[in-house]
Amino acid sequence: MKTDHFQSPDYFLMDELLSEEHKLIRETTRAWVKKEISPIIEEYYEKAEFPNHILKGLAEVGVFGPYIPQKYGGAGLDQISYGLMMQELERGDSGIRSTASVQSSLVMYPIWKYGNEDQRKKFLPKLASGEWIGCFGLTEPDHGSNPGGMVTNFKDKGDHYLLNGAKMWISNSPFAQVAVVWAKNEEGRIWGLVVERGMEGFTTPETHGKWSLRASATGELVFDNVKVPKENLLPNKSGLGAPLGCLDSARYGIAWGAIGAAMDCYDSALRYSKERIQFGKPIASFQLTQKKLAEMITEITKAQLLTWRLGVLRNEGRASSGQISMAKRNNVNMALQIAREARQIHGAMGITSEYPIMRHMMNLESVITYEGTHDIHLLITGADITGIESFK
Amino acid sequence: MKILVCISKAPDTTSKISFKENDTKFMEDGVQWIINTYDEWYALVRALELKEKFGGTVTTVSVGGTDYEPIIRKAFAIGADDGVRIDSAPTDAFFVAKQIADFAKTQNFDIIFLGRETVDYNGGQVGGMIAELLDLPFVSMAGKLDLNGNVALCERDIQGGIEVLEVKTPFVISAAKGMAEQRIPNMRGIMAARTKPLKVIPASEGQKHTSVISYILPPPKAACKMVPAENPEQLIELLHNEAKAI
Repeated sequence: MKTDHFQSPDYFLMDELLSEEHKLIRETTRAWVKKEISPIIEEYYEKAEFPNHILKGLAEVGVFGPYIPQKYGGAGLDQISYGLMMQELERGDSGIRSTASVQSSLVMYPIWKYGNEDQRKKFLPKLASGEWIGCFGLTEPDHGSNPGGMVTNFKDKGDHYLLNGAKMWISNSPFAQVAVVWAKNEEGRIWGLVVERGMEGFTTPETHGKWSLRASATGELVFDNVKVPKENLLPNKSGLGAPLGCLDSARYGIAWGAIGAAMDCYDSALRYSKERIQFGKPIASFQLTQKKLAEMITEITKAQLLTWRLGVLRNEGRASSGQISMAKRNNVNMALQIAREARQIHGAMGITSEYPIMRHMMNLESVITYEGTHDIHLLITGADITGIESFK
Repeated sequence: MKILVCISKAPDTTSKISFKENDTKFMEDGVQWIINTYDEWYALVRALELKEKFGGTVTTVSVGGTDYEPIIRKAFAIGADDGVRIDSAPTDAFFVAKQIADFAKTQNFDIIFLGRETVDYNGGQVGGMIAELLDLPFVSMAGKLDLNGNVALCERDIQGGIEVLEVKTPFVISAAKGMAEQRIPNMRGIMAARTKPLKVIPASEGQKHTSVISYILPPPKAACKMVPAENPEQLIELLHNEAKAI
């Protein structure tokens, strides 16, 4: 079995900006990833299967709703702790981080923020303990970057709502017990509903043939006249702003997660370049290799500082959606470029599953597309600085 | 049951090793510190397992400055109930042992655990010294410990086999690989660690008995020499004359 030799780069002594507790949380998550993810991930990636047996461990290590208050089963931690956990999980694999992101930011977060007390008590403790896994239904076959155009809808039938429609590209859907689904009411207003597995007319077919996030389960959510109890409607927020609030939280986690993937590629490339001998010396001694490595650590360092600052702003409740978009877009692109450069440094070995590079690179193709595409995030920044929305 | 676990810090095994002040002091700049692996993975975890089975408390003790507190909090996150930091730099093995013995004397611990050695200086002396200072039996480098009432059955690896020992509480034991399995703390443990009591006490009188004259790094690893497969005589010659291995 391969040993995970990962060492995290900290070129600008970022650790001094973290508390001892932050560092302990990061080390704990890293130790868990080294023990539980690194030894098995390539196998599950090749099989295109989510390693279901890790769910209990993910819950125990505390990555399901770490910032949810303790009275609902969360850990009550701050946003930087959440970010560091996502970084470490994605250092292992973007698919594993996706499962934790969805559970925390897209399922627990809306129930916590937009749900009532009964809903919080019913769902959050079971989601925090991993007894239930959740998924989030916003994207539809014909509505990706334009979620406001969704056609999934529900009608008031007196004692229940009748839900119809379909959602696509839903992480965790094939095995989720609950789905937070965004649908329009008869007036066209978007609301969140919690749909539970077993409700008649609700199915979750799995999406096959993915060349990315292969160790993560993706599927559809199909609602064919599903009777949803009225108490499952999240009552405290409606409109497109409600799901976008969840996305802010998830995108924030992704901004950190991408650094993890980038660090893993950089660390592997640095080690490989010092061991690989060509022309009688390590390839790390060649200027073109050094250029790649130096640019990688520069970009990782910039991303670390950007994200740390964003974490501070989120802790203070001051981070804007525009800032989150900028960080998500910058960091995922940074990670993808580093994966490509790292692949070059690894030469032919870089294409094999002996090294994590191609897996990260293929994963990042999803990460750069989901939760707001690379281009849409740029337009969000554009709209923010000009005051003119170009995508409407 | 009252259990004491001695916790020391050590550089992460990936740290770069260098020295300062004429090679008499370890260069600590930029070093990541961890709980000494033998203390954490084996001594602390076995102590926690015994507590979970028989009830009682697990207290940690460390000799060191405020820089020890993160590793003590980690021991809390893993499950220790409380901790004591004896506020002094750990100068040499006897000084550390004396401090721990003076503290332990005031309590009635049934078992005092520590790792077989620290992974930095590899002295492995403190356990024996604590036992001597407290006039207690000492089992060194044990890979197994089972408790039946006040009688412990311990196993130690010896040349070519295993030695099985019996010892009555109270005793001192140093833990080796096999005693337990590493436990990764969870978030609940980390949260609980915030409020667990960490008592700081002044060091007692004590002097160090040894001084370090210098540290020397091992010679750099020699490059690998390739011998053509069709030339085994050359391999034998190199092994005999150069490596002096045969």
